Amino acid sequence: MNFKMIFHILGKVLYITAILMLLPLIVAFIYGEKDTYIGFVVPILVLLSAGIPLEIFKPKNTLIFAKEGLTSVALAWIVTSLIGALPFYISRYIPSFLDSVFETVSGFTTTGASILTDVEMMPYSLLFWRSFTHWIGGMGVLVFILAVIPKTDMSMMHLLRAEAPGPVIGKLVAKMRLSARILYGIYVLLTVILIIFLVAGKMPFFDSVVTSFATAGTGGFGIKNNSIAFYDSAYIDIVLSIFMILFGVNFNIYYLMLLKNFKRAFKNDELRWYLGIIIISVVAVAINIYSIYPNIMESLRHSFFQVSSIITTTGFSTADFDQWPMFSKTAILLLMVIGSSAGSTGGGMKVSRIVILFKSVRNSIKSMANPRSVSSINLSGEIIDSKTEKGVLNYFALYMLIAVTSVVILSFDQYDGITNISAVLACLNNVGPGLRAAGPLGNYSGFSSVSKIILILNMLIGRLEIYPVIVLFSPLTWKRR
Amino acid sequence: MRILIIGDGKVGSTLIERLSKEDHDIVVIDTNPKVIENAVNSCDVMGVVGNGASYTILKEAEADKADIIIAATNSDELNILACLVAKKIGAKHTIARVRSPEYSKQLQFLKYELGLSMVINPEYETAAEIYRILRFPSAIKLDVFCKGKVEMAEVQIGENSILDNTKLIDLYDKIKVKVIIGAIQRGEEVFIPKGNFVIKNNDIIHITASHKDLSEFLKALGIYKDRLKNIMIIGGGKIAYYLANMLSETNMNVTIVEIDEKRCVELSEALPKARIVYGNGTDQMLLAEEGIYDADAVIPLMGIDEENIILSLYANKHNVPKTITKINNSSLVELLGTLNTGSVVSPRKVTADRIVRYARALQNSEGSMVNTLYRIVNNKAEALEFLITDDTLPVLHIPLKNLKFKQNILVACIIRNNKLIYPAGMDTIEVGDNVIVISPAEQYIKEFQDIME
Repeated sequence: MNFKMIFHILGKVLYITAILMLLPLIVAFIYGEKDTYIGFVVPILVLLSAGIPLEIFKPKNTLIFAKEGLTSVALAWIVTSLIGALPFYISRYIPSFLDSVFETVSGFTTTGASILTDVEMMPYSLLFWRSFTHWIGGMGVLVFILAVIPKTDMSMMHLLRAEAPGPVIGKLVAKMRLSARILYGIYVLLTVILIIFLVAGKMPFFDSVVTSFATAGTGGFGIKNNSIAFYDSAYIDIVLSIFMILFGVNFNIYYLMLLKNFKRAFKNDELRWYLGIIIISVVAVAINIYSIYPNIMESLRHSFFQVSSIITTTGFSTADFDQWPMFSKTAILLLMVIGSSAGSTGGGMKVSRIVILFKSVRNSIKSMANPRSVSSINLSGEIIDSKTEKGVLNYFALYMLIAVTSVVILSFDQYDGITNISAVLACLNNVGPGLRAAGPLGNYSGFSSVSKIILILNMLIGRLEIYPVIVLFSPLTWKRR
Repeated sequence: MRILIIGDGKVGSTLIERLSKEDHDIVVIDTNPKVIENAVNSCDVMGVVGNGASYTILKEAEADKADIIIAATNSDELNILACLVAKKIGAKHTIARVRSPEYSKQLQFLKYELGLSMVINPEYETAAEIYRILRFPSAIKLDVFCKGKVEMAEVQIGENSILDNTKLIDLYDKIKVKVIIGAIQRGEEVFIPKGNFVIKNNDIIHITASHKDLSEFLKALGIYKDRLKNIMIIGGGKIAYYLANMLSETNMNVTIVEIDEKRCVELSEALPKARIVYGNGTDQMLLAEEGIYDADAVIPLMGIDEENIILSLYANKHNVPKTITKINNSSLVELLGTLNTGSVVSPRKVTADRIVRYARALQNSEGSMVNTLYRIVNNKAEALEFLITDDTLPVLHIPLKNLKFKQNILVACIIRNNKLIYPAGMDTIEVGDNVIVISPAEQYIKEFQDIME
């Protein structure tokens, strides 16, 4: 293990986080929120005093491998979450440190699960920071670092692979740094377009910015107690629905479109499955909830918004889907697990994994009936090799194991089974709201400390796609071999 | 003695070279006429071209009069068959080289049911030698006598040693541990020292002592190396398999890097405790990722000698505490003398050592038996262990200082009733003793009496 290099990378993350934290401080100045100054200044100083020395002392041996990549990414996320929680805690708006950490992890992992019972009493700067963590976490801190640091002589691929979502990681262009810049460029552009659309829809400017951040990261922190339902505008609902879906698409596809390679962009199997699942779900849920709403347009609007919000693992709500019929609720839980596309800012299992999983299962059934048949898995015209296939199957097994273990631990808490299962799925898939007590109108403040810690771990595991966190805590990693 | 060697390959040629110098009548059988011609030209041997397992060829080579048949072709089955046929014809002793792990598991059957005198597996023997070095990493090479009661370690004393300019007779006063220094290599020269010999820096010394004394001696010298924990083997051949199997009984962590994916799968099935890495063992990045810099020992066991040597040099440069290099071509071993590669093992030398030892033991008269024989200091000296069984030997009961030994012969150790005696002038040799003698290689000591003038 190259510990010096892990700490060097950590140093970079810390001081970049400090710079990013200046933005909410500026917001605090603009709105004159004196009670939050100290809450931002202290963590900025902590980050700088720890980050700059680590960053300056560059180790001689800059070699890092998969192990170092996975551990530094996991460590970076945990450390930034702990320090990112300080503004809430120091300004006393969230009195418990564990709750502050929960809120920050929920932010960085783009989950959007909140322990706040009344969001509207929060000052602007903290609301901004809360949503801004979504935006940073959506694309990833380390990808951001890759995009901004001047020159890398490090093997950064291991970092990107550990942080970016999806079963296979493709670089866009030959240069890692350029790839990261293109990703962030697309990300910023889409965010700005969304802000313009929202302002045009007569949403207040501050609300537009933070809602855009939450949408871009597919996070889902609302700044109103009843989330997007507060604005009660069909225009805003539809704009947000479309943009949520857009942020749930693999960003490589946008790059292909920028290169005017539309044919290849739309030939993507994952995209087709993703859109197909959305269309089928929207129609099915709309029919199911038809009786609740006055007309078909109304039920379609809510169905569309909710389905996009859940499959992209954003977690905004315009309606209390906890009141919907059982089928719709079940569909929502399933959509949580499926999640968005690989290479997007969303969470969940990822559509491509689900597709590979299904094709693998189909092949195994086929080979049961015809033992001599040989079959392979094809995705977007490319053959999925057996190593990737095995990786997906193992991922699924690990995913289920973590979900089941978490549900068992949560069962010691005061809530019913539906709440617990939905809470675990909502956190593990970075969705945010679950059902019952953890539903769109509820929040996570009622859970015990143990349950909150488990849910925090679930969010981190979900965002980093299991392995970095497991590797960090595995004794095998730390054993000198 | 009449010795018939079937197969003039790596082991065969080494044996021909070694045994022909010891004044045996040697007949070589090989299917390749060129190889036979070469052997006849370079050594004083007779050659027969043909299949060594065929009755007519064996008859032609007069296998019925042979004392020892050594079958060392590259086919296990042919070796076993040749030995069986030769035995039926009337050869006295048969030695077969059998290297496949499957056959190696039935060694006892081969020996007792099929009547083979000795079955030798070069890869297994090499692995065992590496294993011994790993168990005592301070030594470049470690040989054991008398079932492990006495060990002989080859150690480089390095720069600025406290032994510099020390006379051997003053050794005990300085270190306070009793050991015998049996041979010393200084550059190209080899000494079998007397008490007034003076040790210099960078000498390679061969120390004979019990395991405990040896450890203490090296600790006093400050060149004792701690037990090894992380072993990295590059190249997953048969030696690697045997070695990893032996190491799995210890608590060492074994990593094997192997370039062939199929072989990796086989190894991972056969060695559940080892970590198998699929990749090119000469790829610096891969070695770095798999932790060569953290390894306590690096053992290159690849097929190409040069790659093994380069890898060892690389590991040494990165301060890996111990490297053990496998080298097949013995002429490279001599070249290596000037490079610091740590320990070197050579499968064909290990195998030839074992067979020569066996041949030598057969030759003794009834009075004394060569139990063990090692070639040391690049084949320039021999260390022999005799078991004294004859009570009429003239050397018995006489203090050593009154015996007239040949030039450059050293009685290094006497083991009596399981007790180790570091011989001094007043000690005597008695019946039942195990005596370890070090002699120059060209003396070819065959029985104990040979050490006397």
